[in-house]
This record gives sequence, structure tokens and C-alpha cells, in this order.
Amino acid sequence: MTREEIISQVNDLLANEFEVEVSEITPEANVKETLMLDSLSLVDMVALLQFNYKITIPVNELHKIQTFNNLYDYIEQHLPK
Amino acid sequence: MGIWSCLGTTLEEVRQSLYDGKSGIVFSQERKDAGFRSPLAADVPLPDLKKLIARNQRQFMPEEAQYAYMATRDALEAARLDMDYIDQHEVGIVYGNDSVAEATMLALDKFRQAGSTAACGSGAIFQSMNSTVTMNLACLFHLKGINLTASAACASGSQSIGLGALLIRNGLQECVVCGGAQEANMYGVASFDGIQSFALNDDPVKASRPFDRDRNGLVPGGGAATIILESYEHAVRRGAPILAEIIGWGFSGNGDHISTPNIAGPARSLELCLKDARVEPRDIGYVNAHATSTKIGDAREAQAISQVFGDYRVPVTSTKSQTGHEMWMAGASEIIYSLLMMKNNFIAGSINFENPDDETACINVLPETREAQFDIFLSNSFGFGGTNSTLIIKDFKN
Repeated sequence: MTREEIISQVNDLLANEFEVEVSEITPEANVKETLMLDSLSLVDMVALLQFNYKITIPVNELHKIQTFNNLYDYIEQHLPK
Repeated sequence: MGIWSCLGTTLEEVRQSLYDGKSGIVFSQERKDAGFRSPLAADVPLPDLKKLIARNQRQFMPEEAQYAYMATRDALEAARLDMDYIDQHEVGIVYGNDSVAEATMLALDKFRQAGSTAACGSGAIFQSMNSTVTMNLACLFHLKGINLTASAACASGSQSIGLGALLIRNGLQECVVCGGAQEANMYGVASFDGIQSFALNDDPVKASRPFDRDRNGLVPGGGAATIILESYEHAVRRGAPILAEIIGWGFSGNGDHISTPNIAGPARSLELCLKDARVEPRDIGYVNAHATSTKIGDAREAQAISQVFGDYRVPVTSTKSQTGHEMWMAGASEIIYSLLMMKNNFIAGSINFENPDDETACINVLPETREAQFDIFLSNSFGFGGTNSTLIIKDFKN
């Protein structure tokens, strides 16, 4: 899967799950603020990625994901080969 | 009061359905295909809450909490209790609920499929607790008083109102949101179908037939019903539109078989309620029976009513003939159905009551809607484990 495909697919998934417009999701935007995530709904994002990409994000690595670019990087690096 | 039911989602729709003898029961292809013995169910619409509640709060709400939200929203509006008032006063909630089967099943399916607990999602724990309705409504409506779920099988809704009235009567609360909610999906009642308690009938409308000779089981229903209780002083102080007064609550346990009711337990609930209300049987203008359309349950209730009312042939109907058995919701919804009748001067006939049998002939079941004026009614709710609850309500004329 190319990075462009990841970005497009992830944006659609997140916009649909957290009920925001896809246009609000930009590479340097803050993930938590854009998706209005609190400590509970953050768990839903983790579950969504786990279900769709078989990627588990450990709690102690969540701080690495601040922007959507961080998120795309994480998925790209951890996608099962 | 507010309601979300198979007879309508506004009080006016429900009043009309009751008066017209409309049935809310339909054939369910989904249940037939899934392997139900009885493919009959109440047709309860699912509300669209997207425009009313943000995603991060909605995700905590299983089906029954969604029904309860709609009923409570309407009840608060009808009672003229707005958020500003609630924010400045202590309002409590005691609500009946006794299952969260679908929500629990869906979460655990995701867990088993993914092999990870995180896959359940963050809403699952809040959706799959029995107190999901009270926890959701208390947060959504900023309720800061008593926050309690009444789980008493098919008497849950009635017990919630009794408990709310008791708290108010004892000065512990001034205003309490009461009611009952029932999930209407097939998973909530699959095991109930499994013990062959549900009605078999080719015509869904004819299936629920309380007290009738040819009854052969209940039809599962669902939805939610909310009643706002408050002390008389509190209601007058804030200029509330007072509908009626809860003048009696009686309750009892059978201490007997888990599913087969007896006569003594329900009769004691009726007697204690009459005593608590300080009225005589002849003061009761209408009895809304628990009668679910099962052979033994209806027979035992008929005998209990006959025993308590003696030679007074009080008019009796079961609105479950139209709604099916709304279970955890029933004790609350049937107070609303009866109030709508009392306020609009009629008694909705027990549809499908064509012939009594030897055991139900002892009471006066009305088969058709009748114009009637009455100012006190009694409502029965009985549940598995032998839990019985009876309420007596008196009209209030402003």
C-alpha cells in the first residue's frame, strides 16, 4: 500500500468514525484536536487501526502521534509485510 | 411524561393508537431466518440521534438508552423542566432496565474476533452494563440526585416509579426521572424464545391475546417510557403542569418458582397497594393488568384480581394485547397508557380478547374501547423470580 493510499483510506476511516469532514484532516493538524478525542475515544482510534490494519499501538507510544503525518508514518512503518 | 413505543413516538400518536385498538406487532423475517421459534415482535423505530448527541457521548448508548433518551427528552419538555433549571436543582433518576444483551454480545464478538480487548472499543463497557440507561441519561441531562437502576425483571419499570415516589415521599428527593427501557433487538430475547414462552400465530396482530382462551404465549416488545415525579410542593413552586398523583405502591415477592407465578404473591401486592393508597377496591375505575398472554400467568393474575376485588367487576384490560410485552419498560409505559386513557376519558379494549377460559372468566375484561370517566386506576407488573409491583394513580385536575 502506497503512502497516498494510506492517507486517503485512513482519512476516510477517521472522518467516518469520528464524524468530522475529511477536509478538516490535514497532514500537520493535531489528531486529538481535529477528531475531538478524549481519553476514551482515543481508544477507539487505536481499535479502528487494529481492526483495519492489524496494527497495535501500545499506550506508551501514543505520545509519538501528534499530527496526522505522525499517524501515517506510524502506520506505514508498522503495516504487516 | 414521554414515550418511544411501537404504538407511537409522541403521546398523541400513542393515545390515538390505544383508542383505535392498533397493534404494534409485526412478523420478523430476521428472527425467522435466525432460528426463532416465534418470529413475532413489536415494531419499534430506532431514533436517529446523530443531530441530537455528539459522537463521543452517543457511543456509550446502546439501543435501550437511545429509546430512553428520546422518551426522557420529551418528558422533560412536557414537564417544563429545562436544562437551566436542572443545572441549578437536584434532580435524580431511577430507571428500570434488566438487560444489555446485544451491546454485550457485539463487544465480546469483536474481542474474540480480534483477540484483543481494545477491539471492544471505548463505548462497550458503558453500553454493556445494566445501569447503562441511568448512567447515560444522568450525564446527558446533568442529573445530580439519586442515580439508580431498578432491575426487577418485568416489574423493573413499575418498581422504578415506586422507588422514586418513596424517595420523594420521605423527603430525600424533590424531583426524580423514572421509567423503564427495553431493548427490542432479537438477541435480547433469543433465550426467552428458547424456553417456548412466545406466541405462535400466523397473524401477528392476533398473537398477543391476554386473558383469551386461545392465548399461547407472549410477543416481545421494546422501547422506553419516562415519567417525571416530583413533590406536590416542588411542582407548584415551579409552576409544573401536574398530571396525576401516585397515591399507592405495593410490592411483594412470591418466594416460589422462578417463572411460574402464584396467586398469593400478586394478591398481596394488590392488597398492600390499596392499603398504601388508602382506597377501597370500588374506588378503582380501571385496572391495567400485567397479563402478558401466557396460559398460567394470565390465569393467576385474573384470580388474584378477582380475589382482591370480590364482587366488584372492575374493568380490566391488558395493553400488552397491542404492544406485546415491553418487559423492563412495561411497568412505566403502562402507567403512561393508563394516564392517556384517564386524561382522555376512555379505556382501550384488550384486543383479541374473544373468549375467556375457566380461569379468566372471573374478571371483567373489556374487549373493545369504551368511553369511560375514571379518576383512579391500578397498574400491575410482575416479573421472573416472583417480583410483584402495583401502583395506584389518581387524576389531578388543575
